[in-house]
Amino acid sequence: MKRWLLDWWRTLSTPSKYFSPGFLTVGGFIAGVIFWGAFNTALEATNTEVFCISCHEMHNNVYQELKPTIHYTNRSGVRATCPDCHVPHEWTDKIARKMQASKEVWGWVFGTINTREKFLDKRIELAKREWLRLKTNDSLECRNCHDFQFMDFTRQSPRAERDHATILASGEKTCIDCHKGIAHKLPDMADVKGW
Amino acid sequence: MNLRYTTTILLFMLVSVAAAERSIDAMRGDSPISEETAPPRMPQEENTDIKRGRNYPMQPPTIPHKIDGYQVDLNSNKCLSCHSRRRTEESQAPMVSVTHYMDRDGNFLAEVSPRRYFCNQCHVTQTNARPLVENTFQDIDEILKKRVNAQ
Repeated sequence: MKRWLLDWWRTLSTPSKYFSPGFLTVGGFIAGVIFWGAFNTALEATNTEVFCISCHEMHNNVYQELKPTIHYTNRSGVRATCPDCHVPHEWTDKIARKMQASKEVWGWVFGTINTREKFLDKRIELAKREWLRLKTNDSLECRNCHDFQFMDFTRQSPRAERDHATILASGEKTCIDCHKGIAHKLPDMADVKGW
Repeated sequence: MNLRYTTTILLFMLVSVAAAERSIDAMRGDSPISEETAPPRMPQEENTDIKRGRNYPMQPPTIPHKIDGYQVDLNSNKCLSCHSRRRTEESQAPMVSVTHYMDRDGNFLAEVSPRRYFCNQCHVTQTNARPLVENTFQDIDEILKKRVNAQ
């Protein structure tokens, strides 16, 4: 092992025998651009709804539940897709989330939720994970579109106005504390606070 | 031509004339069967958050806000997440009536009685749709007042 590492180190630390520094720098740059482009394209491809619902677990359960909600169809036609709410938009956070999502690939390979029954049994666990994530980041994915600064309370219903102007404004609560189950059906809420 | 045959034809003609004269009041209105009716516009749900009066004491109060997508099933009851006894302090919503905590034998339960669990069986939202028929309902107070005035 040590020999193998040393060999590699020697190869890397000795000057190139056949390639010019120009070729190596320019070639390295071009290769880097290509690699980065490919990586980013692949990353963005996994960040689309089409990709998400290409698995029947997502297509038959959560996607069908999203359809009648206001985040899918509404008067103005602006809609949220899966990654809008479930993947952070900032690059570092996105990469962190994507690494976590590798566990979901594991679940897909081994069929953790490949039937409706398995999905329903696991729903509370999956939901709690998303609630915790949104609670921890102060409902960041909600706020990517719903900016508190630009909320016109006069256009809200009196109930909404009251709660948004008090407990949301003071930061005592965040979006997900009240708005659970707005895009998907809820699991058994018996032991969930506020229900 | 025998008599029975003639009678049948006559009867048939009579019936068709009668049917043509009386306009059938179906859901599709007066438009002929060969045409499609224009559906009425979808009314808007009222969302004022202001309590409406009740026409009689036992009337289930109507819901003065939108309830789009409210989930009421075995897993959760969105209505009760504001209107249940435990939640009203935080939500400041009116608590469901105490009768909802009683079973059919009049015993008080800790939670809303299963027979009262499905709110929409009695409580409904209101829309801005115009009534299709005139409402002739009279409040008990109006009836009593008429009685007094008549005497």
